Amino acid sequence: MKMQHTLSVLVENKPGVLTRVTSLFARRGFNIDSLAVGVTEDPTLSRITIVVGGEDTSLEQVAKQLHKLINVLKIQDLDPKEMVDRELVLFKINAPADRRHEIIEIANVFRAKIVDVGRNTLTIEATGASDKLSAMEDLLRTYGIKELARTGKIALSRGLRDGA
Amino acid sequence: MRMNGGHALVKALEDVGVEVVFGYPGGVALPIFDALYDSTSIRTILPRHEQGAVHMADGYARVTGRAAAVIVTSGPGATNTVTGIANAYMDSIPMVVFTAQVATPVIGTDAFQESDITGITLPITKHNYLVKDANDLPEVIAEAFHIATTGRPGPVLVDVPADVSKTEITYKWPVTVNLPGYKPTYKGHAKQIKQAADLIAKARKPLLYAGGGILASEAWKELKELAELMQIPVATTLMGKGAFPEDHHLYMGMPGMHGPKYVNYALTETDLLIAVGVRFDDRVTGKLSAFATKAKVIHADIDPAEIGKNKPVDVPIVGDAKGVLASLTAELRKSAAEPRTDAWMKVVDDWRARFPLHYDRESGALMPQLVVERIRELTKDRPTVYCTEVGQNQMFACQYLRLREPRTWASSGGLGTMGFGLPAAIGAQVARPDYLVIDVAGDGSIQMNSQEMATAAIEKLPVKVVILNNGFLGMVRQWQELFYERRYASSVLDQNCPDFVKLADAYGWHGSRVTSVGELDAALQAAFDHPGPALVDCRVVGEENVFPMVAPGGSIDEMLGGLPGGPVSDMMDDGAVTEVWE
Ligand SMILES: Cc1ncc(C[n+]2csc(CCOP(=O)(O)OP(=O)(O)O)c2C)c(N)n1
Ligand SMILES: [Mg+2]
Repeated sequence: MKMQHTLSVLVENKPGVLTRVTSLFARRGFNIDSLAVGVTEDPTLSRITIVVGGEDTSLEQVAKQLHKLINVLKIQDLDPKEMVDRELVLFKINAPADRRHEIIEIANVFRAKIVDVGRNTLTIEATGASDKLSAMEDLLRTYGIKELARTGKIALSRGLRDGA
Repeated sequence: MRMNGGHALVKALEDVGVEVVFGYPGGVALPIFDALYDSTSIRTILPRHEQGAVHMADGYARVTGRAAAVIVTSGPGATNTVTGIANAYMDSIPMVVFTAQVATPVIGTDAFQESDITGITLPITKHNYLVKDANDLPEVIAEAFHIATTGRPGPVLVDVPADVSKTEITYKWPVTVNLPGYKPTYKGHAKQIKQAADLIAKARKPLLYAGGGILASEAWKELKELAELMQIPVATTLMGKGAFPEDHHLYMGMPGMHGPKYVNYALTETDLLIAVGVRFDDRVTGKLSAFATKAKVIHADIDPAEIGKNKPVDVPIVGDAKGVLASLTAELRKSAAEPRTDAWMKVVDDWRARFPLHYDRESGALMPQLVVERIRELTKDRPTVYCTEVGQNQMFACQYLRLREPRTWASSGGLGTMGFGLPAAIGAQVARPDYLVIDVAGDGSIQMNSQEMATAAIEKLPVKVVILNNGFLGMVRQWQELFYERRYASSVLDQNCPDFVKLADAYGWHGSRVTSVGELDAALQAAFDHPGPALVDCRVVGEENVFPMVAPGGSIDEMLGGLPGGPVSDMMDDGAVTEVWE
C-alpha cells in the first residue's frame, strides 16, 4: 500500500551522515518529500526527520537498509496518530496599506506572528502541522505571496508511548 | 610511542593482525609506503594495476575468511579500485582499502590527483572513512577491520590525506571499538528456530538452499549435520560452492540459470525451502512469481534486510548461519525428529539419473566442458583452489568442478567481473602457498587483468591459468545466438590474438597450447606440476553453449537445452514418481 511515512532517524552527529542517509533513498528510487535535520539533546547525536511516500514493502526495505548504516542508531516510522509534528513557514505577502488589516487578521486566526513589516509587504511566521499551514497559504495567496520558505517537518512520538 | 601517521597506519595494521598488503604507490601515499618498507610482519605485494590489488585481497579473503589490506594512492589509484570494491561488496567479502588523499587544506579544490573517493564508494562499501586527524588513525583502523569482518562482511574504505600521514602522533594500542549503531545479530530467535525445526520435522520434500553465508560464518560442518540428520538434499549457490561436499549423496548442485535441471526441478517441487545465507538472487530464482511456489520458506541470514527482500518468507530468522544451523539440529535432535525424505530422495535421484549435465562427448572435438572435467580429474588428489573468470568458463567450472573442501573457490558472483580470476588466484596463492591454485579462464576475461602475470612471476606465486579459448566473448555470443538471431555484434575475438603462449613466455611463465583432446591431459599435468606459474591455452570449440539455461526472466523449471524434459509439473504425474506422499 502506498502511504506517506514520517521516519525519525537518530544518527551520529558526524560529517557525511546526512548524505549517507539521503543517498540511500535516492538509490532505491524514493523521493523525499520533506527533510529536517538538527542536533538533539545529546550533542553527539542528530535527528533526521524524513517524510517519504512509497509502497510499504519497499519502504520497509529502505528502513532495513538504513539500519545497516554504521552511523544510524535508531529508526522510528512514526504513527500519524501517535506523533506531534510541526513545520515552520515564512510568508512574505503583498500588503498595501489598505489590506494590511485583513492579513493581520488571518495571521491571528492561525496564531501566526508578523515578524517583519516592509513598505508594501508583511512577513508572517507560522508554525503548525502541514495541513494547517497549507490552508493558511491558500488564504494568503489571494493577496499575492512574494516569497515563501518552508522547513521540513520535525516530529516526535507522543509522551504516552514512552511509558513515562 | 611517537610516530607519523604513515607509521601509525602500518603499526595499526600489524596490531590488527594483517599479514599481507596489496599496494600500489603514488605521490601522496609515500609516507605510508615508506613505513611499510620497515614492516617485518607484513608481506607487501605490488600488483600491476590497482584493480588487481583489490581482487587479490578478495581472493585472499575468500580462502581464509580474513581481511587483507589494500593501499593505493589518491585520484586514479583510488578510482582504479572501484570495480574491485564493488565486486567485494556484492559478494560480502571482507577487506580494508586505504586510499591516500590530497592534503586536508586542499580537499575540495580540484587539486592534482584529488578524487572524492569516499563519495564515489558510498554505495559500494559497508562503511567508509575520511581521516582528518592523525590521532584518529588507530581507532579508525580498528573499527574498519571490525566492521569489514563481522556481521555480514564487506569492504571498508579509509581515505588518508597526505598531511595526516605526515603528522606526528602518540600511538596508542589497543583502542576500544565503540560503534553504538553497529550491533549485528548473531543468535537466532528461539521461537523462530523452534518454528523452523517443526516445519523441517514435518516436511516430506525439503530442500536446503545454501549460499555464501555458510562460508562467511564457517558453518559447513553444521550444514552437513543438519542435512544428514534429516536427509535433506542441498543446493549450493555460486557463492556457496564448497559449503557442502560435492561428492556427497545429498549434494544437488547450483540452482538457477545454469544449474542442472534436477536442481531446478527440486526447487520447483519442494514443500519446504530452507534458505541459509542466500539472497534469492535473480540468477537463482528466475521469474520470482514461479519460484518455489509450493514451498513454505525458512530464511536465515545475518542481514535482516535480505529476509523477505525478494521472496516472502514464512519463518524469518536473523542470525549467523553457524549458530542457526546448530540450533536447528539441536532442536530436531531434542524432539527426536526422523528423516521423512525417502520418497523425495528417490524422485530427486531419478531426476538426477535422467537429466544429468550433458555435452557432446562423441565428436572428439576439444569441448570446454571436457577441459574442466579433466582439470577436476587431474586435481582429485591434490589440495586445490579453483578460481574462475566470468562467462561460459565460469558456468562450466560451476557445473563440472567438484569441490571437496570449503573455501577453495573464488568466483565473482554478484557483480560478474571479468578479469577477477587471475588476481583472485594470486591472492589465494598468497594465503595458501601449498595449494594448487587454478584459474579457469576465458580468452576475453583473462585480457582484462593479464598484467598481473608479472605479479605472479615476480612474487613467485605459481598460479595456473587454463584458458578456455573459444575466440569469442562466449557468453555474450551465446545470448546473441539464442536471443539476437546470431548477430554476433562485438563478441568476436580471435583465438590467435594475442598468442597466449608467447604472452606466457614474455612474463616468464610456462606456456603451452592444446588443440586436440589427445594433448589435453599431458599439457594440464605439466602445467600443474610446473614449480612456477603456468598457462594452458586450450583451443576449444568456438560456438558451444552453456546448457541447460533458464531464459532471462523465465521460470526456472523451463530450461533451454540439456536433455529433454520439463516443465517439472508435467513430470510429477508422468509415472516417474510412483511414491505416494502422504
Ligand atoms: C568487466 C565486464 N565487462 C563485460 C561483461 C559482460 N560479459 C559477461 S560474460 C562476457 C564474455 C566473457 O568472455 P570470455 O572471458 O572469453 O569467456 P567465455 O564466455 O568465452 O568463456 C562478457 C563480455 C562482464 N561480465 N564484465
Ligand atoms: Mg571466450
